[in-house]
Amino acid sequence: MDRKQYCVKLSVQPSRGLVDEKFIVLVQNVSPGFQMTIHALHKCEDGHSYEAFAHYTANATGTVNVSEDPSLGGTYSGVEQMGLLWSLRPVPGSKPGLRLRKVNVQTPMEVTISVYQGHQTEGFMDQVPLVGVLVERWYMAPRVRRIPITENGLTATLFLPSGLGPFPGLLDLWGGEGKLIEYRAALLASHGIACLTLDYLTPEITMETGKMVDSQYIETAYRVLEQHPQVLGSRIAMLGLSLGASVTLKMAVYSQVMKLRCVVCISGSHVQPIDGFLEELLNFCRINSETKTRINEEDQVIYHDLLLPIPTDPALKVDVGRLQCPLLLVVGEDDQNWPAYESAIDMKEMMEKAGNSHLLTVLSYPNAGHLIEPPYTPHTRATAFLSVTSVKKVMALWGGETVAHSRAQEDAWRKTLAFLRENLYGSSNCGF
Amino acid sequence: MSQTVPPVLSVHPSRSLVDEKLKVLVENLPPGSPVTLHSLHRSEDEHYWEAYGHYVSDHRGIVSVAEDLSVGGTYTGIESMGLLWSMRPVPGSRKGLRLRKMNVRSPMLFNISVYNGLITEGFREQTPLASALIERWYMAPGVQRIDIREKGVRGTLFIPPGPGPFPGLLDMWGGGGGLLEYRSSLLASRGFASFALEYFNSGELESAELEFSYFENAFSIVKDHPQVIPDKIGIFGLSLGSIMTVYLAAESTIVKPLCCVCVSASHFYPPGKNLHGVFEVMTMNSHMIRVDENGHHAWRDMGLEIIKEPSNRINVEKINCPMLLVNGLDDQNWPSVECADEIAQIMSAAGKGDLVTRLHYPDTGHLIEPPFSPHFRATKFKTATGKQKVIMLWGGQTKPHSDAQEDSWRKILSFLQHHLYSRETPKARM
Repeated sequence: MDRKQYCVKLSVQPSRGLVDEKFIVLVQNVSPGFQMTIHALHKCEDGHSYEAFAHYTANATGTVNVSEDPSLGGTYSGVEQMGLLWSLRPVPGSKPGLRLRKVNVQTPMEVTISVYQGHQTEGFMDQVPLVGVLVERWYMAPRVRRIPITENGLTATLFLPSGLGPFPGLLDLWGGEGKLIEYRAALLASHGIACLTLDYLTPEITMETGKMVDSQYIETAYRVLEQHPQVLGSRIAMLGLSLGASVTLKMAVYSQVMKLRCVVCISGSHVQPIDGFLEELLNFCRINSETKTRINEEDQVIYHDLLLPIPTDPALKVDVGRLQCPLLLVVGEDDQNWPAYESAIDMKEMMEKAGNSHLLTVLSYPNAGHLIEPPYTPHTRATAFLSVTSVKKVMALWGGETVAHSRAQEDAWRKTLAFLRENLYGSSNCGF
Repeated sequence: MSQTVPPVLSVHPSRSLVDEKLKVLVENLPPGSPVTLHSLHRSEDEHYWEAYGHYVSDHRGIVSVAEDLSVGGTYTGIESMGLLWSMRPVPGSRKGLRLRKMNVRSPMLFNISVYNGLITEGFREQTPLASALIERWYMAPGVQRIDIREKGVRGTLFIPPGPGPFPGLLDMWGGGGGLLEYRSSLLASRGFASFALEYFNSGELESAELEFSYFENAFSIVKDHPQVIPDKIGIFGLSLGSIMTVYLAAESTIVKPLCCVCVSASHFYPPGKNLHGVFEVMTMNSHMIRVDENGHHAWRDMGLEIIKEPSNRINVEKINCPMLLVNGLDDQNWPSVECADEIAQIMSAAGKGDLVTRLHYPDTGHLIEPPFSPHFRATKFKTATGKQKVIMLWGGQTKPHSDAQEDSWRKILSFLQHHLYSRETPKARM
């Protein structure tokens, strides 16, 4: 090895961070003008490997600072402090349609950041880098407590922030795939909110009885939060993504039991039969899917039209004009899976007519897709998807262009946290 | 009070290395609200340490420790890290405690809390408004820890993450003996393969028969490790460890360090003897140990007497590598400043003055440790006879000593980086 190159110094700070924290990647001690590739490698829990890389040229002091210097090419370009994370994609030769999601939130994601000589685009695994460091990315801050909830027939997990509390609470719902997804709730708890993530599509009780839960199941989850000694019962919010947003809107408007402080809907729609609950909603989707599902040239399935056109019949949409607490809608304008954008426009109109539009904030992101996740989560345009309404996996098109989508995730998360902070910690009263 | 708006306490980063700074922020307080920020740590040997600062929130109801003034407590002023470096044993603790992390594979846990009002005691009996737990690590992710039992040498080698190879360090602590890993694991976290050497058991210096060759072997073990660059090895010593450092640099024909860091150094070593000789000389002069009004033992005067004897001096004019000498001007344990003066003088006279860099700090004591660790002015120490524990006076005042720790660490890393990582050919005269 060339004696000069051993002395490359690489630092990533912080080396142990929360997944939504920024890091600074600094390379020092190379010759001015030295060409390098900075590479990120992550092997996820299911054994698949993901990588990102970018080309840099050292400045006159022999330094590259990823947060200040432009990438000249790679999986991202330009000045992108966090590009090594959000541009991660499955390594060449991987199965198509993979999606990177952490299942065990009690351990960190480990990412190896390395520096290779020259501007390279492949074969990283066959070489020894000049230098490499290991970075941990955590969904859970120290002493956030993870508590499985199975009482009252629920399938849920509660995450309590560290400290004595009491804390404001949040009910967290995911989308049409079902299962119990913990990472967003763990991260929110790391921000001081007691968060209950709820499996409402595939809970134990549905798996055993074959029956979908009714709205009382959601209300039971709400009660668990409300009555918890470390939760401020009068400061509970609800957050839903995709199908979870549909449920969230239904409960926010019609539930007599739930008194929500504020509501966040990501990539969601208010279009659904008002009567009934999950059974009816899924049937509605199933019926529409027979005629309105589109498949593109790449064999990717587009469910976007299932709820279109936005109905005028009031029996087919949640009457958001009756909402009494602040609502934050986060939508990607290139959402190919759900008409979140069109729904947002319609909801705005409904609320303007009803006189409660001062409660509404819409964050609409051009070129962002359906899966608006916590920041730096890699974007995938299409992944293998098995919805509870289908019998086989399809390649679902989510939409979004990677750079715009990644920016949207970062911006939306920051604003979501601020919205929750303001409404859950603020002293203003909500009228109910 | 039960349903009122709670304040929000956040500490960034929540997991950090011990030499990294923190941002402690309290939000959502009433404006102009007096509060106390408190830190609590339970050590491995189950003692409690705490620090606290008094603040008043601004018009937005915010307290930012990095930017705001502490008006009272265990530290005052604008001190972003005061909640760590000003920690001391809680009231009622045993005397002479010292906080040292023994298991570096787990983090130190600190509970940071905010209390209503300006409190000075009884923290455990009150409920804070909010609290957060943080982790402070001596080991970065991916650092390897290797037990070494080779050629009769005992210690632990820490290798930085990545393919390597890396520059190496032989790391030696002082007269307390035992195996202290934390500085080495931190140095490995900063890119240096570092070997924490155990050269005698705690309190057993008397029986230590350690020959010079023990240290030469230790150096070779680092040098020969496949992930270490053989001609980029330095030596880091504190107190007794720095005596060995100076001796190796001057006298060894086998060991060629590229640079040395000596904290609270001395250049005295009875000629021809092994380490045991050090003990003998000290015993001979132990009548010079001064016991102060608190019953604390100060060895400084004894040291001054010992270094008067020219035959006890190491021939530092033979040293051919850059030396960084770090000293506290209030060192009560050893006249290390006078030693550093002499070392610099002798090397200068030999035309090697440019090899010596000196850092000396006012109101700073003997134990100059990695930054943000608490200051210990006097702690229990097992003397070389091993039979008794005395309270040893190390010296220093907390704030200046803590500043010295922060400043010196940065400069030590920069010195090591320059000499061990430099792209230029080393200037050391071989």
